[in-house]
Amino acid sequence: MSELIPGEPIKKFTTVVPHWQPRVTPVELHHATDEQLDAMKVTVSNTKIGEYTLVLALDPETLQQRTPLFNGIMYGRGGLSRAETELGAVAASVVNQCIYCAAVHANRYNELTKDESLTESIFAGSVDAETEPRINALLEFATKLSQCPSEATRADVERLIENGLSMGEVLDLVLSASLFGWANRLMHVLGDPLPQE
Amino acid sequence: MDIFETVVAKVAGITKSSPLKGALILRSDILELTENSHDASLRPNQPGGLNHAERAGLACRIAKRNNESVLTRHYETMFGVGSQSFANTEFDGGDDARAKAILRHTDLVTLNPKEATADDVLALRTAGLDDADIVRLSELIAFVSYQIRVVAGLRLMAEVA
Repeated sequence: MSELIPGEPIKKFTTVVPHWQPRVTPVELHHATDEQLDAMKVTVSNTKIGEYTLVLALDPETLQQRTPLFNGIMYGRGGLSRAETELGAVAASVVNQCIYCAAVHANRYNELTKDESLTESIFAGSVDAETEPRINALLEFATKLSQCPSEATRADVERLIENGLSMGEVLDLVLSASLFGWANRLMHVLGDPLPQE
Repeated sequence: MDIFETVVAKVAGITKSSPLKGALILRSDILELTENSHDASLRPNQPGGLNHAERAGLACRIAKRNNESVLTRHYETMFGVGSQSFANTEFDGGDDARAKAILRHTDLVTLNPKEATADDVLALRTAGLDDADIVRLSELIAFVSYQIRVVAGLRLMAEVA
């Protein structure tokens, strides 16, 4: 087990990215199998592998597929803008109270838009009729889709279309919110968000 | 890979003649990786301490917890010896401590992941799962939770398209 960092797990949403402390023992890079190294994309020029990836490398077969899938959904070309894709991730992470994922992706949204007010409102639970209609529709849909079972309806998709999203953009939002139904269930379950030293 | 033959497209009922065809083709890479992830989660070459039959049973259970009947039937077609009890939402593992811990964890993380704590990971370890098995189980629950939402989203899109 890696050394514990002092401090209790963070319970409140923040845009300051926490330290992620795994609850299981990560793969040690110098003991990793070829399959694990390949799944972690370890190369001569890329040897800085985070603890989260080292944890997921305990199951290299899923990690091998998951990394390109994650990058394809979050950073793929065309379709929904980078910033709005991040909102799908933030909405899911708020539903699942994944403090770490919420911080990382709210932070990205803030950087991309140079605006911190929206993610502040999301974290405070105060997104309302005052929020831009397109953003509101997007958050509402991603939030409902993230419930178990999903509470999203046909009317929610119609509202996205009325607010100018193409079907391709709706698909990208579905993928981003769904992806965080996956990511949150790893990040929040397999580790604790602790204050950075 | 024919993306219209992938599990999510078939379960959502999206065919080549769907108005969503174009949108799906633009994201062919994602649909292929989703299918590969399905295979890696359900039928890995190295299943570790969670065999293929148990995985199919758990995936089926997760689909049921999400009221996802079409995906439930898909996972039933993958059943092997031992799947049935894991898929039965009335079954809590009974006297089998390992099954009990796995089923309890699967239900918790499926329905209410925000409530999962360090003690829940500890409970799996106490029941005999090693750290790799804990990650394997987590990936399975997490993947199926993703897949269910992709299907739900695609179905709603098809209704509107």
